[in-house]
Amino acid sequence: MADDVLFEFLHMEMVYHIYKDQASRGEMDKDRATCVSTLEGMGFRVGQGLIERFTKDSPSFKDDLDVMKFICKDFWINVFRKQIDNLRTNHQGTYVLQDNKFALLTQFSNGKQYLEEAPKYLAYSCGLVRGALSNLGMDCVVTAEVSLMPSCKFQVVIQKI
Amino acid sequence: MHQVRLQIKGSDEARYSYSIDVQISAVLQYWSKPKNYPLFIRSVPVQNELKFHYTVHTSLDVVEEKISAVGKAMADQRELYLGLLYPTEDYKVYGYVTNSKVKFVIVVDSSNTSLRDNEIRSMFRKLHNSFTDVMCNPFYNPGDTIQSKAFDSIVSAMMVQAS
Repeated sequence: MADDVLFEFLHMEMVYHIYKDQASRGEMDKDRATCVSTLEGMGFRVGQGLIERFTKDSPSFKDDLDVMKFICKDFWINVFRKQIDNLRTNHQGTYVLQDNKFALLTQFSNGKQYLEEAPKYLAYSCGLVRGALSNLGMDCVVTAEVSLMPSCKFQVVIQKI
Repeated sequence: MHQVRLQIKGSDEARYSYSIDVQISAVLQYWSKPKNYPLFIRSVPVQNELKFHYTVHTSLDVVEEKISAVGKAMADQRELYLGLLYPTEDYKVYGYVTNSKVKFVIVVDSSNTSLRDNEIRSMFRKLHNSFTDVMCNPFYNPGDTIQSKAFDSIVSAMMVQAS
């Protein structure tokens, strides 16, 4: 369906625009971190609003694992039209979500080509997950890694106060 | 960081005395732990607001107790609607908590017996729906007081309907 691809195009333009803005202002290396945090911040705010809508009708969550399962299933389906393929945890606040065919990376390559460009396109999604979790009461740090496209892993580490 | 939307003027309080005949409702929302400060307050009529603020603050304790009780009991019933928090001789307090830990509190006059549980539930649903809309508004930063006129009008309509 054509409407799925609208967001993918918008996302591509977003990343391109933010990097172009920073590049025109000066050195690239120093500003790479700012670009990533800008994208992550966008994702954060969107995640907060989205989670409010998605959890409107569902009962309250029992514990952290319940929340992560919700993210892996309902939330991921609503945003990326598929579930997370694999969820692993060490039961001490660290969760690894593995998506074997991440929607925003499928058009890049089927292997290792363009691997160094991939992190830019994952920043927004990391922010999305972080925003969603923060609104559910879990402060955390979300990082992503890619070794073989289009599969990627999101690592969520919950910050205990 | 107690932010109130309506100001109480000293002269008003002296002039009017607290009357039980008038139906009064106050609607407040509190943000999540650890802060728990109000995002939105509205009451009808305007006098004696301090009393409502006090009531709502104390009812927060009951809300917290209910939330933690649900967690420990691991019951199947994990509803968002918390029901009648506690009745006093003057008014009843109802609570509702969202999954994002935002608490809604409605205070209703006791003499108003026509408001049934179902109606309170539907009031909370409407509140939740409009709060979701406020959250998705890009001009709203989570944690600020709610300035949205749409939200305002929904709350006012509800309070008019209840009284």
